[in-house]
This record gives sequence, structure tokens and C-alpha cells, in this order.
Amino acid sequence: MSVDAAKLNWMTTRLDAALGWARKFSIFQYPFVTACCGMEYMATATSHYDMDRFGAGFPRFSPRQADVLFVVGTISHKLAPMLRRVYDQMTEPKWVVAFGVCTCTGGFYDNYATVQGIDTVMPVDVYIPGCPPRPENVLDGLIKLQEKIAQGELAR
Amino acid sequence: MPTASDELIARLRARFPQHILAAHAYRGQPTVTIRREGLLEVATALRDDPATAFDVLMDLCGADYAWFGMSQASAPTLRTPSPLPYFMSPAPSAERWERGVPHDAQHRFEVVYHFYSTAHRRRLRLKVPVSFAEPSVPSLAGLWAAANWYEREVWDMFGVVFEGHPNLKRILMYESFQGHPLRKDYPINKRQPIIGPVN
Repeated sequence: MSVDAAKLNWMTTRLDAALGWARKFSIFQYPFVTACCGMEYMATATSHYDMDRFGAGFPRFSPRQADVLFVVGTISHKLAPMLRRVYDQMTEPKWVVAFGVCTCTGGFYDNYATVQGIDTVMPVDVYIPGCPPRPENVLDGLIKLQEKIAQGELAR
Repeated sequence: MPTASDELIARLRARFPQHILAAHAYRGQPTVTIRREGLLEVATALRDDPATAFDVLMDLCGADYAWFGMSQASAPTLRTPSPLPYFMSPAPSAERWERGVPHDAQHRFEVVYHFYSTAHRRRLRLKVPVSFAEPSVPSLAGLWAAANWYEREVWDMFGVVFEGHPNLKRILMYESFQGHPLRKDYPINKRQPIIGPVN
């Protein structure tokens, strides 16, 4: 006997799958913007590329209210403790996106001042390389992050 | 025909013959190299003399001539012919870097001052060679307030001490940083992270 699912008023799922589905469309991001990548971040966030289509349109400027830490721009050794403190202040579950090649590897700033990739300081979920990355790259990274959130994966 | 730069250099040579090591003018901008001992005297005169009246300290920076001219990478020459036509007049015949002092440990560092006179609309570059053994010059923070942070930066990057500076501490690097990163003998691979591994 076949069941017409469309006539049913209910569905079954796993709790974590439902939570993941809800979380991936309500990303409250904390933009930690330090350098020129910030312009590309703004271009992605505003209406032309419209990050809000993916439920990530609402930056919270308090780490305690944020789910995703967007590290946008070069991080110096002097700044690294502050970035780590912002990360520690975020509540679980939390994700980190390395936006731009400086946060991924240090980029071409291989010198005394620059952190050679923020993954030396904190776990990172999604790397978006590029100098700066195109908004399409950023949205691609955001979709990959959504997949990761939906599966309930964390970088730790 | 003597230009304004030549007149300025001649004026300084006549007034401070004991302090001036070298001087030249290039494309209308005079450069004067003076002894460290005469810096305060010359700078005060440059600011207060109505004939010069350099009231703005536009820039103050350091330079390390440790291996100057010893390799191609460290000897910046401008002899490469430019593919673009010169639009400057007169077209420069030969361009090369001149210090006016030898490149030895006695003249390893240089502190470079750029002054501007709003009254005369004229600029002046003042260079002070500093030795490796005693890298110190008198502070100009009492003459131009703008010198305060510039001198902190030069101390941070090159380790040149500015005597009489009101607050000589690091401005760009963190307090726990060891050494001065823009010195030529600072290891290019040396990293001093506050947190995280040494990469």
C-alpha cells in the first residue's frame, strides 16, 4: 500500500538534522574586518549579491550573539590575541570562515608582523582564498559552510 | 642661474659650515646631510628663521644602509632606461643614489626629515647619519609635535634612540617584541607571535 506523503500533515526527521536545517538559514555572522577584503565583504553583503538570500544578512557586532566568525583581512601578531578573545567569547555552536588569502595563509605578507594563517590561532571551517575573493567565491564558501552546518560538523 | 634650492643650500652652508656633511639639489628639491651634533641647532634655525620658516614636519623616517650597494638587490639604481618618455624638464642625464658619507658602521643608519614651509612653499630633506655603536639623535618632538609618533616609529623599526623624547616606546610592534624588524640584520624569517606557533 502506498502512502501519499503530500496528504500527510506531519513528517519525521532526526533532531540534529532539523537543528542543522534551521541553523544553516539563520547565520548570525560576526565580521572581523581588518583590511581591504572588507570592501569585497561589503559588496557581497549588500543588495547586488545579497548575502541575505542565504540567511546570513544580519551581522551582529557582539561575539556573544554570533554563530559565524568572518575573519576578513590581514591579521597581525599584535592583533591575534584580540581575535582569539573574540572567538572565545562566541557561544557554541560556532564556526569560523577565513575570508581572503591573508587569513588563509598570510598571503604575500610573509614577514615579521603577519600571522601566517589564522588556523595557527583558532580552528577554521571554511577557507575562501583570493586577493580579494570575488563575491561569487564568497557565496560559494558560504554555501559550503551551510552544508557543513546542516551536517552538524564543527572544526574541532 | 641659481635656483631656490641652491640658494637654500648656500644659506645653510654659510651659516652652519661645521655641521654640513653634504648637500645637493635634485629636480628642485634640496637635500642636506648634517652631523648629528648640529641637528637641534640647524632644525631650530630652519623653523624660526623667517627666510626659511619650515613650519611643517611632513615626514620623518629611518634608513639602514648596512649592506648598501653590496648586492644588486640592495643597491637601488635608477639607471634602467624607462620605456616611457621623460616628461620632466630638463630631462635628467644620469640618476644615481648619493649619500655624501661612506657606508660604514659609523654611518650605518640615517634619520631623514622632510620639511615644508607654508610661507615659502618650499621643501627640504634633511639627513642625519647615525652610527651603529651609538644610534641616537636629539629628539625634535619639542620643535614639531608631529615628530613624536614618527620618532617612536623609527625607534620601533630601527632602534634609533631619540634623546629627550617624552614617551619613547614602541608604537607599531607589541611591547614583548625583541629587536627592531627593519634593521637589515634582523633575520628575515624570524617570527615572534604572541599566541600560536612560531611559523
